[in-house]
Amino acid sequence: MEIYLKKSFSIVGNIALFSGRFFKGIFKPGFEWKEFTRQCFVVGYQSLALVTITGFIMGLVLTIQSRPAMARFGAESMIPGMVSLSLIREIAPVITALICAGRVSSGIGAELGSMKVTEQIDAMEVSAINPYRYLVVTRTLATTLMIPILVLYADLIGIMGGFIGINMHGESNIAHYFSNIFESLEYTDILPAIIKTFFFGFFIGIIGCYEGFNASGGTKSVGKAANSAVVLASLMIFIIDLIAVQVTDLFFEL
Amino acid sequence: MENTKNLPVGYNQPATGTSLIEFKNVYKSYGSNKVLNGISFTVKRGENLVILGKSGSGKSVAVKCLVGLTKVDKGEIFISGKDITKLNEEELNRIRMKIGFLFQNGALYDSMTVRENLIFTLQHNHKNLTEHEMESAVKEALQNVGLEEAIDQLPAELSGGMRKRIGLARALIIKPEIIIYDEPTGGLDTITAREIIELIRNIKLKYNTSSIIITHDLTCAKYTGDRIIVLKDGIIKAEGSYKEIENNADDWVKSFFEK
Repeated sequence: MEIYLKKSFSIVGNIALFSGRFFKGIFKPGFEWKEFTRQCFVVGYQSLALVTITGFIMGLVLTIQSRPAMARFGAESMIPGMVSLSLIREIAPVITALICAGRVSSGIGAELGSMKVTEQIDAMEVSAINPYRYLVVTRTLATTLMIPILVLYADLIGIMGGFIGINMHGESNIAHYFSNIFESLEYTDILPAIIKTFFFGFFIGIIGCYEGFNASGGTKSVGKAANSAVVLASLMIFIIDLIAVQVTDLFFEL
Repeated sequence: MENTKNLPVGYNQPATGTSLIEFKNVYKSYGSNKVLNGISFTVKRGENLVILGKSGSGKSVAVKCLVGLTKVDKGEIFISGKDITKLNEEELNRIRMKIGFLFQNGALYDSMTVRENLIFTLQHNHKNLTEHEMESAVKEALQNVGLEEAIDQLPAELSGGMRKRIGLARALIIKPEIIIYDEPTGGLDTITAREIIELIRNIKLKYNTSSIIITHDLTCAKYTGDRIIVLKDGIIKAEGSYKEIENNADDWVKSFFEK
């Protein structure tokens, strides 16, 4: 138990130091715009199909599953509001972040891990190119900015899925559906949810990079880096979610 | 490696200039494993120094210390009179711009084509060059290694020998004063190994570079080195020309030459 705790604290400390280097790297001149744009494309655009499918299914299933319970209380008219609140506040941010932890964080871990074990990162350093700024700053910044955009997109697709779900058992027009949603939403529902997604994005990127940079000992460690990146990033998403709900409660009284 | 017979051993022209690289009592340990045990040696301008040793003798760690990839525990390493162990990142990078490094497996950037691999360093460290000048530099570097036709290929499409040649072209493109070769003939067939040996010799003759060649291949050491040092457990066991090393009285050094 003591060894396990020691190891956990050591990982937390190392990630904190690694993150410190990220913030130092951002503010140095000579930002790698080209690589940053490429990473935004990889993280954002290439995740769109996955986020579209999962976002749509989330909205649709949530609507279908909640209908019987809502009908029991005669509150079917409240389904759009309830579904949109659940999606925006919790389900879309967490599920989208978890999907990106699986796709993006593991991808970064494997890519950088493979670069590390094949000495490509050393080659960069020897060529007087700062690998931290070229690889870590660009990737982490890309995930920090792209995950919130993907979550907003998942919110919208999920709400559209909910509309299909409602129309499977009855009839509702889209204008009425959206007016129902906007009536039940407040900015305090949207703002904290968006803020926490920046943290999700940051940790998805930094953990992937950290695991990749610390890969050592051949190709086996590449798989380990990818695996650890997913596990750590997913765990971090839940921890941030827990902290976010407490902070939101403190400021906005949920 | 029979077909290296027609090559002269070393260069028969011992470098007499000033020291470009100097190791002074360098120590490096990983935990209780002492990898470098107070090694001292120099490399003169225009000299090819071979560091010969078996796996785990500390030769790769020595060159990693030289380029600042690994920090030394104790001792000093001078390049052009500057102690690189006391430099900050920016100062160290200025020194690194004079060094070309050929990694054991080439260490080419997987996601980039050969052209991008070569131009990458120039784009970052030689921003004053025009696009045209960079393209010319790429062509010249590829001509030097005889692989102009590979310019648009990805590293995954290249053979082991080609990867090493492109790695060498990448090292040459910055017109380095020093080139470090980490196991240049490791994992190659005899013919390709000979081609790499010839390349190392030609580069020295053409650019008058100083080089450190890390190897456990006696043929490579014989035909590329002006001077050889033999490392065992982080200690220099012998130093001299190939002939002197071959006739060394030490049993361990002798065992190195036994077939």
